[in-house]
Amino acid sequence: MKHKLLKGKAWVFGDEINSDVMAPGIYFKESMDVMASHCLEAIDPLFAKEVRPGDIVVAGRNFGVGSAREQAALAFKELKVGAIIAKSYARIFYRNSLNFGLPALISEYVNEIRPKDELIINPVLGELENLTTKKNIIISPIPEHLMEMISAGGLMPYLKEKIDNGEIEVRKK
Amino acid sequence: MSQTLIQKILSRASNRPEVKVGEIVTCDVDIAMILDSGGPRKIWPRLKQLGVGVYDPEKVIVVADHFVPAADPQSAAILKLTRDFVKNYDIKHFYDMEGICHIVMAENGHLQPGLFCCGGDSHSTMGGAFGCYMAGFGAIEMTGVVVTGKIWSVVMDTIKVNWEGSFCKGVTAKDIMLFLARKLGMENAFKAVEFGGTTVKNMSMQERMVLTNMAAELGAETGLIAPDKTTLEAIRLSGIEPKHDALSWKSDDDASFYEIHNFNADNLSPQVAAPHKPSNSASAEEFEKENINVDQAYIGACVGGKLNDLHMVAKVLEGKNVSSKTRLLVAPSSKKIMAQAASDGTLETITKAGGIILPSGCGACAGLGAGVIAEKEVCISSTNRNFQGRMGSKDSFVYLASPYTVAASAVAGKIIDPRELI
Ligand code: SF4
Repeated sequence: MKHKLLKGKAWVFGDEINSDVMAPGIYFKESMDVMASHCLEAIDPLFAKEVRPGDIVVAGRNFGVGSAREQAALAFKELKVGAIIAKSYARIFYRNSLNFGLPALISEYVNEIRPKDELIINPVLGELENLTTKKNIIISPIPEHLMEMISAGGLMPYLKEKIDNGEIEVRKK
Repeated sequence: MSQTLIQKILSRASNRPEVKVGEIVTCDVDIAMILDSGGPRKIWPRLKQLGVGVYDPEKVIVVADHFVPAADPQSAAILKLTRDFVKNYDIKHFYDMEGICHIVMAENGHLQPGLFCCGGDSHSTMGGAFGCYMAGFGAIEMTGVVVTGKIWSVVMDTIKVNWEGSFCKGVTAKDIMLFLARKLGMENAFKAVEFGGTTVKNMSMQERMVLTNMAAELGAETGLIAPDKTTLEAIRLSGIEPKHDALSWKSDDDASFYEIHNFNADNLSPQVAAPHKPSNSASAEEFEKENINVDQAYIGACVGGKLNDLHMVAKVLEGKNVSSKTRLLVAPSSKKIMAQAASDGTLETITKAGGIILPSGCGACAGLGAGVIAEKEVCISSTNRNFQGRMGSKDSFVYLASPYTVAASAVAGKIIDPRELI
């Protein structure tokens, strides 16, 4: 398993954070870095400015509710967020994140994480250690049938591997 | 084993005699619909990177609807790229400025009972009104679909929602969905919602499509309605003969559902959803008491700019004027609808009352085109989603309602219960 431990500082958000605030439509035509610089600005103007590579986004229920825009998940990837942990996800956002190789993890216990807590996560085993509070939290590991794709780094590298090995039939262009 | 409609569709798509809830299956995709917004401009570079083409140029359908007509050089470039993609990959079905994708799919007979379809837009659920599976996926996942023609799915449980009885004056399918967003919440991920009951049976296809469109607001994977005579007529109207087994696509009588909800349409009143989510709904009567002035009233989107929606608007506006405090913008959902509304006098009634007609396309619904709103402005809209900043400034306010309620509020200059004006 290629997955390393993920380590970073927590950014904590509430329930039902929607994809329109992650990737506002008015920046749709801009490049991804511009789009990402506005990620979540409607709820936390400091987030996009101050989030550091590897930091972990923690949220409540139905994270990413709303549109199919992949820019919502991609914005976190662009900001080099290491992982997301939420109580639950909206379906398309969840699939998008995993397809980009961005671990979207699930835990009922996110309320025990406070802003700026230092976290270490093992996404394969489903373990989370809060270095600040010295408490461990149970998270659901990534579903088994998706592990191969996520280990490959997401859907694109996974497809490339499969196509190169002749494991999936494609029409050549 | 008795199966639900969605189980039957997933069984066929995954080439199995039957599937169980919770199983993970790989499905063959009958239609992959991609759009200017998250389609070719995201997918083309990835196809090049993989050095492959699309799995089937007949099954990959491209629609340019989000950035039309181009309002600036960036939109123009996105649209040009979309057109170039279509030529390059020899795509057979391309709808360029014909209307909003979900409407265009229905108008052109692409949706048939039993099909398994994927769309690069969250309201792809709308297609389920034809008794097929159609759900929304992000561009990254649509890349996989366009390349392989396959996708994984978790066999989902079905929430059955039955409506009995008939609507009072001024009540519509839209009011059902604003009511359901409050009742069922927006967190029904990885569930299908199947609508049934006499109220739904008596609905036209245009009304049924509102139910399945806004299944997305319930957070569901898709919304479905078992096909009947009305469905077959709609398919025939698009010049396509329905498949011989069309009517067999329905849940077995003894199929087991995750939940069954029974509601009565007789008592439903017009609903309005307050900012910033569709589940913030209550009766229009309640909102009327709050004296909420509206700067803009917007009729449009896949869900709320169909011909029957425009007819509702005209019915309210007949012989009246839009308030001087409010601007009314109307964007018919497709070119065809625009033409019908032009020839049956609907557009005349709307423009005489002071409404402004906008091009067919997503436009202000997702903050992409004409009709976006400024800081502190209030808009009442026949669209489906009112998340913060969706229609423009992040400090603006969007209320959702039926076309009746939007039009009546445009006349009053504030949010009102439409029943007094019909
Ligand atoms: S009209 Fe609005 S909801 Fe419908 S497809 Fe376009 S952006 Fe999405």
